[in-house]
Amino acid sequence: MLKVHALNTFYGKAQILFGMNLKILAGEIVVLLGRNGVGKTTAFKSIMGIAPPETGEITFKGIPIHHLPPHKTCNLGLGYVPEDRRIFTQLTVMENLEVGKQPPRKGYRPWTAERLFELFPNLAERQNLIGGALSGGEQQMLTIARTLMGNPEMIILDEPSEGLAPVIVEQLARTIKKLKNEGVSILLAEQNLNFARLICDRAYIIHQGRVFHESPIDTLSGEAYAKYCSV
Amino acid sequence: MSKVLKVRNLTKSFGGVCAVDDVSFDLEKGRLLAMIGPNGAGKTTCFNLINGQLKPDRGSIVIMGKQIAGFKPHRVWQLGVGRTFQITATFASMSVLENVQMARLSFHRRTLSIFQKVRNLYVDESMELLKLVGIEKQRDHACGVLAYGDLKRVELAMALANDPRLLLMDEPTAGMGPAERSRLMEQISGIVQTRNIGVLFTEHDMDVVFTHAHRIIVLNHGKLVAEGTPQEVHANAQVQEIYLGAAETARLEKR
Ligand SMILES: Nc1ncnc2c1ncn2[C@@H]1O[C@H](COP(=O)(O)OP(=O)(O)OP(=O)(O)O)[C@@H](O)[C@H]1O
Ligand SMILES: [Mg+2]
Repeated sequence: MLKVHALNTFYGKAQILFGMNLKILAGEIVVLLGRNGVGKTTAFKSIMGIAPPETGEITFKGIPIHHLPPHKTCNLGLGYVPEDRRIFTQLTVMENLEVGKQPPRKGYRPWTAERLFELFPNLAERQNLIGGALSGGEQQMLTIARTLMGNPEMIILDEPSEGLAPVIVEQLARTIKKLKNEGVSILLAEQNLNFARLICDRAYIIHQGRVFHESPIDTLSGEAYAKYCSV
Repeated sequence: MSKVLKVRNLTKSFGGVCAVDDVSFDLEKGRLLAMIGPNGAGKTTCFNLINGQLKPDRGSIVIMGKQIAGFKPHRVWQLGVGRTFQITATFASMSVLENVQMARLSFHRRTLSIFQKVRNLYVDESMELLKLVGIEKQRDHACGVLAYGDLKRVELAMALANDPRLLLMDEPTAGMGPAERSRLMEQISGIVQTRNIGVLFTEHDMDVVFTHAHRIIVLNHGKLVAEGTPQEVHANAQVQEIYLGAAETARLEKR
């Protein structure tokens, strides 16, 4: 589904990614684990065209996307939930969802506002409130909901459980598994290992802009995790 | 007087919705009080009321024995109330040290004249604050390039810059990994003890809450629905239902 090959990404003169390689198969849930600031978010921004790589290749469904601007990548069916809650603060919850809407894709069940409200009851109760008046966690829910309205074939989620109440995290885990069953591929970054273990098939451990370890989540080496993910 | 904060019948509505509904609680010196509850329960609104950003519809807030009804945020701040935000607020283009120097500057109630450079003011005091929160090595980095977790530390240093007696922290460990979370909370606990500060904080990370809070209060739809020690709150059936959920309750039991 998504293939990232030999990615080198810089912010100004500082190199953040060093020849990063990732591969996500159709219908797979893959997590990037690693400490703060090791390049997980930068990897996502490179894939989405927000921080384009200096060198390297990225293909989505076999289509090269490393030269595409973010909206083109999005239109191909790759959705992105950034960690810094990107919503329109002056638009209502309903309007935010409308803006995110894209035509349904063949073979995937289309998302509607009603389905999303079932998932996030908080948003249902606040349909006509402007985004800026929502609580932090509600803004996180709206960011996820808005991305789903684009009916993506694959979603990239940067720390989706952050700022959400445990009950909502549990619900989100169920939804992500459901998405997988509907054929959607998912790539996420998480520092909440409990959450990652609940939903993921495979994990990459990232350290200093490189992949240091790759394994199915069930057999993830505690040693590798301790070495690169805890301090 | 050991009470840092006394809140009575605090109430605030937005339009028709009661975001904070008749909430009362106390906080003592040297203690960490966690405020938990579902998303949208009114936690951040409570913080905004306590530090003067919002005006309550009803109720009283007493900080260090002083009624603060109608006080503007900077007056509340001068009383010795430090605060960190759910959404970080630092100057991205300024360095870590400069951000803290600016906070220290306003604590000493000086404004910068155009001929002065921030660079030379309160360097030692500011460096001490950076050391306290463990970010002294990044002193010259621009805040804009910091990882989220590091930014939270800068904010904490800034919140400590007015030598607060009361510290309000809205999700202080958000964006951090488990090890970093517990390290920061241990540092905070240490600071609280030595400086005898009272801390009110929110968190959705239950390991942080149940390990570090002395007491916990629970909000739901703006109402205070439970209060007690970590053990009591964890065992509360209503809290399990509205907030923890089955999976988290079970996980915490095994801890
Ligand atoms: N200006 C406003 N107008 C209308 N409603 C508002 C306004 N500000 C906040 N609210 C509502 O008040 C409720 C409480 O919000 P608050 O930010 O205090 O929640 P919270 O407990 O901090 O949640 P979270 O855990 O998600 O951060 C929310 O439902 C929010 O939508
Ligand atoms: Mg909040």
